[in-house]
Amino acid sequence: MTTILEMRDITKTFPGVKALQNVTIKVERGTVHAICGENGAGKSTLMKVLSGVYPHGTFDGQILFEDQPVEFRTINDSEAAGVVIIHQELALSPFLSIAENIYLGNEQAKRGFIDWNKTNLEASKLLARVGLKDNPITKVIDIGVGKQQLVEIAKALSKRVKLLILDEPTAALNDDDSAHLLDLIKHLREQGITCIIISHKLNEIEEIADAVTIIRDGRTIETLDMHAGEVNEDRIIRGMVGRDLESRYPDHTSHVGEELLRIEDWTVHHPIDRSRKVVDGANVMVRAGEIVGIAGLMGAGRTELAMSVFGHSYGTGISGKLYKRGKEITVKNVPQAVAAGIAYATEDRKRYGLNLIDDIKRNVSGSALGKLANFAGFVNAPEETQVANGYRKSMNIKAPTVAAITGKLSGGNQQKVVLSQWLFSDPEVLILDEPTRGIDVGAKYEIYTIINQLADQGKGVIVISSELPELLGICDRIYTLSEGHITADVPREEATAEHLMQFMTKFREAAEA
Amino acid sequence: MTDTKKRPEGMSPQTIDVREPAANGAAAAFRYLTGQFRQIGLFLALIVIVAFFQITTGGITLQPDNVSNIIIQNSYILILAVGMVMVIIAGHIDLSVGSVVAFVGAVSGVLMTRVGLPFWLAIILCLVLGAIIGAWQGFWVAYFGIPAFIVTLAGMLIFRGAAFIALGNQQISPFPDPFRAIGSGFLPTLGDSGYEPITVIIGLLAIVSIVATGLRGRLTRKKYALEDEPIWWFSLKLVAMIGLVLLVTLLLASYNGTPVVLIILGVLVVVYTAVMGRTVFGRHIYAIGGNLAAATLSGVKTKRVTFLIFVNMGVLAALAGMVFTAGLNLASPSAGNGFELDAISAVFIGGAAVTGGIGTIPGAIIGGLIIGVLNNGMSILGIGIEYQQLVKGLVLLAAVAFDFYNKRRGGSR
Ligand SMILES: Nc1ncnc2c1ncn2[C@@H]1O[C@H](COP(=O)(O)OP(=O)(O)OP(=O)(O)O)[C@@H](O)[C@H]1O
Ligand SMILES: [Mg+2]
Repeated sequence: MTTILEMRDITKTFPGVKALQNVTIKVERGTVHAICGENGAGKSTLMKVLSGVYPHGTFDGQILFEDQPVEFRTINDSEAAGVVIIHQELALSPFLSIAENIYLGNEQAKRGFIDWNKTNLEASKLLARVGLKDNPITKVIDIGVGKQQLVEIAKALSKRVKLLILDEPTAALNDDDSAHLLDLIKHLREQGITCIIISHKLNEIEEIADAVTIIRDGRTIETLDMHAGEVNEDRIIRGMVGRDLESRYPDHTSHVGEELLRIEDWTVHHPIDRSRKVVDGANVMVRAGEIVGIAGLMGAGRTELAMSVFGHSYGTGISGKLYKRGKEITVKNVPQAVAAGIAYATEDRKRYGLNLIDDIKRNVSGSALGKLANFAGFVNAPEETQVANGYRKSMNIKAPTVAAITGKLSGGNQQKVVLSQWLFSDPEVLILDEPTRGIDVGAKYEIYTIINQLADQGKGVIVISSELPELLGICDRIYTLSEGHITADVPREEATAEHLMQFMTKFREAAEA
Repeated sequence: MTDTKKRPEGMSPQTIDVREPAANGAAAAFRYLTGQFRQIGLFLALIVIVAFFQITTGGITLQPDNVSNIIIQNSYILILAVGMVMVIIAGHIDLSVGSVVAFVGAVSGVLMTRVGLPFWLAIILCLVLGAIIGAWQGFWVAYFGIPAFIVTLAGMLIFRGAAFIALGNQQISPFPDPFRAIGSGFLPTLGDSGYEPITVIIGLLAIVSIVATGLRGRLTRKKYALEDEPIWWFSLKLVAMIGLVLLVTLLLASYNGTPVVLIILGVLVVVYTAVMGRTVFGRHIYAIGGNLAAATLSGVKTKRVTFLIFVNMGVLAALAGMVFTAGLNLASPSAGNGFELDAISAVFIGGAAVTGGIGTIPGAIIGGLIIGVLNNGMSILGIGIEYQQLVKGLVLLAAVAFDFYNKRRGGSR
């Protein structure tokens, strides 16, 4: 085996933060090399250094690619050398077709005119390589996230990639799509393409990685050979957090009280295609002190259900009834929902959750600013800072101060800011949409603990998650959603992954048959 | 779970504590200053420009009558800039304000000279008219979702046309004296030799309130252990501010006294700075501009806030229209041509972001003053209008380019 990449003594400083300190990593050709570490450890930063997002000269250290020292100044430089990065946030243009996206910036043109036949033909070949059967002229907005991820890979293949970097590729994917993606990565490995993959889903790492490099607080801790035996998830976790983690889910017994929120016969139509029912006659109920899960495949309508309940934030032609403690309530907009004690923490923190150009404290106070204001509408700024500081400590948000800009936090820490915002609004019913997406194992445990505390305070918590083990680990009751229909309501004692999966796919199979 | 105590290499040693005492020496002081660069840079730019013209005009720039002139001749742009910065922070734009200035000026003339209403009633009606105009545009932007660029481009044509119609293509002049006072009048004076006492008293009151609010803010922050501003920097800023107010006060006091518009402007700046920095409404404006979708999902009444921003802009444009008309003592259908561009430039020179979410009232005011001093100085030097335009364009571009450079150096998001 030969070494394809070596990064030596990489140090990268941002104003106020040393994100990487003498990081060294060596990747063998034709392997899948994983990078693990807690939120804010510096994984994404290291990959941005490698791919020229942070140009040569803005960091210290040396990069050897195929035994040659390289100095990438732009992403084009690194791509020309065969290093392609797929970022944590997908970067496709929604209104362009699949083929146009694949060749964006690399157009198949003759004398300045785009050769559409060639573009579409080559694109369909690439799609075949990644196992996508869609027509290359389909618009990207019309395909699911899982397929979009594959389009990103097809795009990378079009650039004759030698080293493919995937930053949390499966964070937004459900189990099916993730499995497909992992298969594809194995397939690429057989073709000699080297992959670096960052993921917080350690089971995936265990499945596909040949080696794992662990980064903690901006330093390399160790590199593990995954074929050396005895290297398993627990071993990786020990490297990441520096000690053993006894259990993934905190022990908890819920004290379930009276009914808090009931959603009855809830139907939602698609905002553009108004004839399509996205949620169809759903009935969901949560009691005080109860943690209720909603399981479903991508596109089953989980987020749509939650957002439409949260003040009609999604969809048109919404019908159905909402009851709070048995009394019917009208919630037609977000302020009404907040007033009714309902909170919704979004799955898409960058788009819907945070003001990325503002600081932590103002994001935390965002949805309940009234609590910090006097009768004349003046905000008590010192108190605001104190509140935010409280959450920074209790949620363990890694930032020098609460005046740090949220756009510069690592993905996981941004998620904690979103959660803090809704905890501060002090709701009675909390809907958490993928609350642990992109969050490291240690922080996940913290968030589960917070969820348990909320339930103990008598709040009703609804958790939407693509990870079945997570729902099985923390929920008292789990609803399954399939193609907009609630297909089951299972108590924790009776729930198993297989059982839930059956109900989650009930209507999908019917639709496909 | 993961506790920081077990990490000797954790965050704390790697992060710079911004509360670092200034005693740490010059390095810490320098680091603090670079953090404040945008603020200082703008202020320094104004001082440099003033100094430049003071020298090149042979001392005319800072003569008492000229300082008085600069204030009076730029007041309407500054008033517009206050409204405009709020519109731009929310991520919109208003191209119609120049036409609204003309239209409101025309209506004020018609009301006072042709209809014969008393001046105070005309002023009130004109402000209401401004609110209606703002509500009209705000309605299309906020509740209909039409981009502000389009709505106010239409407004630019509509209200220019309306100004011509209201005046029947004729100018109106003269205006009653009490009305003219809001444009070019001075506060009553006591005696006219040496430093005029009322102006001096107003200046001293301003200084006392600046010191008082500064100290009070510092004390409350201290109480919550949140102070992050080194004492030397705080004192330096305070001294600079006192010096500036004192200078302007003495210059004005040795001429005609305090211009009425200066009082209007002062009140606007104080009130709107408080609104933007400290009220829920102001926060919501920043939130909308920063991320509209996130603000909506946080329960911000985004449509209402947007609507109110335009209503506010309308009222301020009406005020600017009256100040301008009163100053010229003439209502003309072509008044206010290009004012929107000066106001928008002032806002961007003042550090507002083109994409919304960033900007301040004091920044916009300083930006407006930079434009005003440039206009004034170049006119005194007898530089032709063609070069004046060219220089203003370059200054705008330089200011925004400086911002972008700063941002890039600070690391991209
Ligand atoms: N542009 C920036 N400016 C300032 N600090 C930054 C910037 N980008 C990253 N950081 C900081 O560098 C550190 C490492 O961030 P990075 O995004 O690499 O973490 P990560 O390991 O990818 O975490 P996650 O698992 O949450 O995605 C964090 O403390 C983050 O706040
Ligand atoms: Mg990351």
